[in-house]
This record gives sequence, structure tokens and C-alpha cells, in this order.
Amino acid sequence: MSRRAAALTPYWLIMPGGLWLAIFFVVPMVMMLSLSLQQGDVVNGFQLTWHWQTYVDGVTTYHSQIVRSLQYGLASTLLQIVIGYPVAYWIAMHGGDRKTAYLFLLLLPFFVSFVLRTLSWQFFLSDDGILLGTLKSLGLVEQDYHVLATGGAVIGGLTYNFLPFMILPIYVALERVDPRLLEAAHDLYAGRVQTFLRVVLPLSLPGVFAGVLMTFVPAASDYVNATVLGGTNNTMIGNVIQNQYLVTQDYPMASALSFTLMGALLVGIFLYARALGTEDVLEVAAR
Amino acid sequence: MPMTETADAPAPAAAATLSAIELIGVVKTYQSRGEAVHAVKGIDLTIAQGEFFSLLGPSGCGKTTTMRVIAGFEEPTAGEVCLQGKNVTGVPANKRDVNMVFQSYALFPHMSVFENVAFGLRRKGVEKAEVTRRTAEMLEIVDLAGREKRRPKQLSGGQQQRVALARALVNRPRALLLDEPLGALDLKLRQAMQVELKRIQREVGITFVYVTHDQGEALAMSDRIAVMNDGVIEQLGSPREIYEHPASKFVAGFIGTSNLLTGTVAESGADTAVIRYGADERITVPVRGVFAEGAELELTVRPEKIDLRLEAPGNGACQITGTVTEVVYLGTSTNYNVRTSAGADVVVFTQNASSADDIAVRGDSVWLSWEPEHSYAIGTEAAP
Repeated sequence: MSRRAAALTPYWLIMPGGLWLAIFFVVPMVMMLSLSLQQGDVVNGFQLTWHWQTYVDGVTTYHSQIVRSLQYGLASTLLQIVIGYPVAYWIAMHGGDRKTAYLFLLLLPFFVSFVLRTLSWQFFLSDDGILLGTLKSLGLVEQDYHVLATGGAVIGGLTYNFLPFMILPIYVALERVDPRLLEAAHDLYAGRVQTFLRVVLPLSLPGVFAGVLMTFVPAASDYVNATVLGGTNNTMIGNVIQNQYLVTQDYPMASALSFTLMGALLVGIFLYARALGTEDVLEVAAR
Repeated sequence: MPMTETADAPAPAAAATLSAIELIGVVKTYQSRGEAVHAVKGIDLTIAQGEFFSLLGPSGCGKTTTMRVIAGFEEPTAGEVCLQGKNVTGVPANKRDVNMVFQSYALFPHMSVFENVAFGLRRKGVEKAEVTRRTAEMLEIVDLAGREKRRPKQLSGGQQQRVALARALVNRPRALLLDEPLGALDLKLRQAMQVELKRIQREVGITFVYVTHDQGEALAMSDRIAVMNDGVIEQLGSPREIYEHPASKFVAGFIGTSNLLTGTVAESGADTAVIRYGADERITVPVRGVFAEGAELELTVRPEKIDLRLEAPGNGACQITGTVTEVVYLGTSTNYNVRTSAGADVVVFTQNASSADDIAVRGDSVWLSWEPEHSYAIGTEAAP
């Protein structure tokens, strides 16, 4: 191979992925951005009128759903850290030869479709279902007690559905912590708690960082959990967008809301990265 | 050699002469895939205050396990560990007054040099100003002043090594344990660090326990060396004792280069034997015990003790003949490979004190001779 051809190799390699992104990501994005600035209806077609007012209307009408989405996303992400970190820690530090087996067990339920899993939670948690029905007949909870159609149910569903995406990056980060560092900390008079707080936790933060990125964004924009497990008071911005596209068929409003959500998430992630000092985090991760 | 410690009687010895580290009958057995691995098979050891002590042996000899038992990372299966006369068996590593320099340094990658070094002092709850003062002082000693804010990754291998050393020494431990600390450095740096380590040890006056598989390193730095093999101590002594009087074939082979000659016993006296070798040559060798005539006996002699000449050296007690098969000029010395009359290959080092030509060339018939006390009989399981 000539040197010139060799120099071109990286570009050839990136071409399939690059084309894919260009066709299926950039083009739809541009189309959607244009759509959000159009006016009209499905029957008579849409015209690009640079109607920015749609964004203002969207935020004024649906700000409570936007805020709720961010709240639910945040709450479920925090819950995932609380639940997922110990699991990842246990598998990485005490999994021994069976680490892969434990990870497989963890992922096993997720071989079933996302919607189906959420529906089975609905079935399980329904007002007179297996769990609550039994508890009610035993007189352990009030007759009118319910879990579904509450914010808690939606947050719980989001937490459950995205948990592996929190656990896996944390696990990878913890897996990479050199056990000799723990011995060194131990040798330098640090007990278990100090060793964890001073050495293990800081070194696993890149994993937590990645986990938050991978779970907060899809959780905040999810609509399946709110549809299946939530009630009318728990609709998230995802539900509104879905509704605008498929039911009302107000494409400009749906597109504008999508971009608003994307902007809100980008700002949130950016602030988060700044607050956590990604440079530092990435430096450790690149070790 | 402290091989005959009385087991459980509390030593009434004066407190001033308390040994820094004492191992009494230490055994360590692991379970690995259902099989018991005997890493350490019973070690008794006393290391004096301020001593530079080396545990030397090939990989898998148990030297690292022994060190980890002293550090408290492993609990011995049997036996006791005493630090400063106090039994610390069962005391966890973070409550033991010894610190370790790890093989790959194990520096905390997310902390600066200063934070790494200050880590132990902070955990011990030393006052803040004192932490700063002692850390700065220690960084001065290891020649890293001005690099406090760097991350370990931004330092060279030698500098990381010195951070690891400072991080352990700043705590003023009773003993410093070093696990092959120079293994990752290149030759030049390693030699410089050997000298540096000796200097630092003299300066701080702390007991150093040094684990290495590099016999040159152990000889160069240690006050005493324990040569380990297969979970036991083969020999314990000063570098000179171990080099000049290896107690076993293993030690002779592991430390330096040894020539091994095999002959049969012609005469056996009280402390010397005469061995018939090759073409009816006689070699006198010091022995312990009496050997049966005709018994096979191996002896070793160091390459630099052998005198190589073209003509018979006179009436020596140890002289054999051979043919030069290879001459290697090394600048300060020349190595000769000689095939003896019995067909063994012997290496001879000669110092190039004068600029004269080599004594012999390839193919020359030569005489090899040495003083009897420079050789050592190996097959010492003498007839009872």
C-alpha cells in the first residue's frame, strides 16, 4: 500500500459510521429543526415561516411537564446511584471468578423488551394485583391504597429500567482500581471507610459520571414509564411530544418541544460536567 | 544464625537491644483451586534495629509472602510475627507500625505528590502544620522538592519510585518493607537508586527489609541476606559469607556464577578430602564429615578465584587442565570458557590489570588452579 493510501485508511474506516450518522442523525435533526419553525396542518401541508413563537408557546403550555421530566430523571438517576453503586462495588470487589456470571444475571431481565418489562410491573403493582391485592386481603394496607398512577411508580419504573446502564460503567471503573492501591491505603493507616472514601470512591467517579450521562438523558425523555405506570398527573414531556406527533399531529409543536428538551438536557449535562470537573475525572479515567 | 529461638519464653533481654522484626515459625499455606500451596514452610528470622536486610530468592520462593506477612496483608497459617518485641500476629496492616514500598509503587493516581506523601500522616491524625512540615522535609530528602503539585503520572519512573519511598518513610515506621522497588527501572537508574537507597537508609536510620530476586542488588546493599528457596531460608548471613561460603548447591548457583565440578573421593580426612577428577587429576577441597572412598562429590569454585596459566603452576593442591573454548573481552576483565579434562565447562574471570594481551587464545591447553579454601564441596551428606 502506498503511503498516500495508508494515510487515507482512517477516513475509509470512519466512513460507514460517518455516513450512518449523517443520514440518520444530522439530516433528521435539520429536518426537525426546520419543521419546528413551520406553520400549517397535516391536510394542507406545512410552510417554513420561521415561527419562533411555537417555542415560547411550548414552554408556557408545557413547562410543568418539562420540569417534572427533569425532576423524575434526576430522582431516578440518584436512586440508581444509591442502588447501583453497592451492586457494582460488590461484583467488582467480591465477585471473584464469578464476576461475568453476576453481570449476566444482572442483565438477564433486560433481554426482555423494555415495554414488556414495564407492563409486567404494571401487572404486578396494579391496585388489586398480586402484591397489593394480597396485602389488602391481609389487611396490611388500606383498601384505597395504590402505587400506580403516582410519581413514585414512574420514578421506580425509570430507576428499574435504566439501572444496568448505571451499574455497568461504575463496575468497569471499580474493576480497574488496582487492588494494590487498597493495600497501600491500608498500609498507610487508612481503615476500610477511609480507604473507600479517599481512594476507591474518587477513582470510581468517572464511572458514576458516565452512568449519570447514560441514564439521566434517556430517563428524562422517557414516556413509556409515565404512560404505563403513571397517571394523568404524572405525564412527562416525552408523553406530550408523543401526543403532539401521533395524536394532535401538530408537528411544529412536537419538534419545538423536542428541541427544547434537548437544549435543557444539554445545559444540565454541561453544568454537571463543569461542577464535577470532567477534565480531572477524565484524566483519572485515562490512567 | 537465629535458627534456634526458644519458642514461647518471653525474652527478658534488655529493651535497648530489641529486634525490629522477629518471625517465629511462620508458615503460610494458601488454598488455590482446591489445592494447598505451601508458600512459606516455616521461617525463623530476627532482624536487628537499623539493619538493611534482604530476602533474596527466585520467584515463587516465598519471599514476597514473608514480607506480606510482616506488613499484615497476610496472616500466617502458623507462627508469630513480632515487631519491636511485641506480638502483632492478627493485627491488621493499618494498625502496624511498618510501611511498604510496592513493586509498582501503587501511588494514588488521583492525588498530587504532596497528597500521596501526606496520606499516612493525615490518617494518623497528625496536626496539619506538622503534616506540611514533615512532608516537605521528606520530599527534600528524596530530592523531589518543587514537584509537590505534580500527579504521579507526570513523573518519571525514578521520581515515582522516590515518591513511593517518601510516602512510606514520612511516617517514620519501625521498619520499611520494600518489594522489588527497583524492578521497573532501567539499569543505570537502578544502580543510582541502590546508592540512593543506602544513603537514605543511613540518614533515617530505619530498618529496611528488602525483597529482591536480583542477587547483585542484594549483595550491594544488604547488611545481611536471607537466601530463600521453596518456602524456606537456605542460608542467612552477610553478603560476603553467602558469596564466599554458600551453604548449599542452590545458594552457590543462585548467587554469582559458580563452576560445578564432579569427581570421586580418593582420600577423606578430617576437614579436607582429595577428589580424583578427570584425567587422574587430584583436587583438595574442604569438607565437613568423612566420605567413603569412591563416593561422588561435587565442588564449586568461583570464576574469579581461578588462576589460568599456559604452563603448570607448580605444586598446587588444586589444579586441573583444560582447553580454552571461548575468550570474551569485557574491558575490565576477560572471561575464558574452558573445557576441562573431564568434559565440564568452567568459566574463569581474569582482571585486565595490565594492557597486555590475553593470557590464552581459543584452542590453547591451559592449567587452572585455585586455593583449596576457595572451593566448596556440595555433596555434604557425608557417610555417617
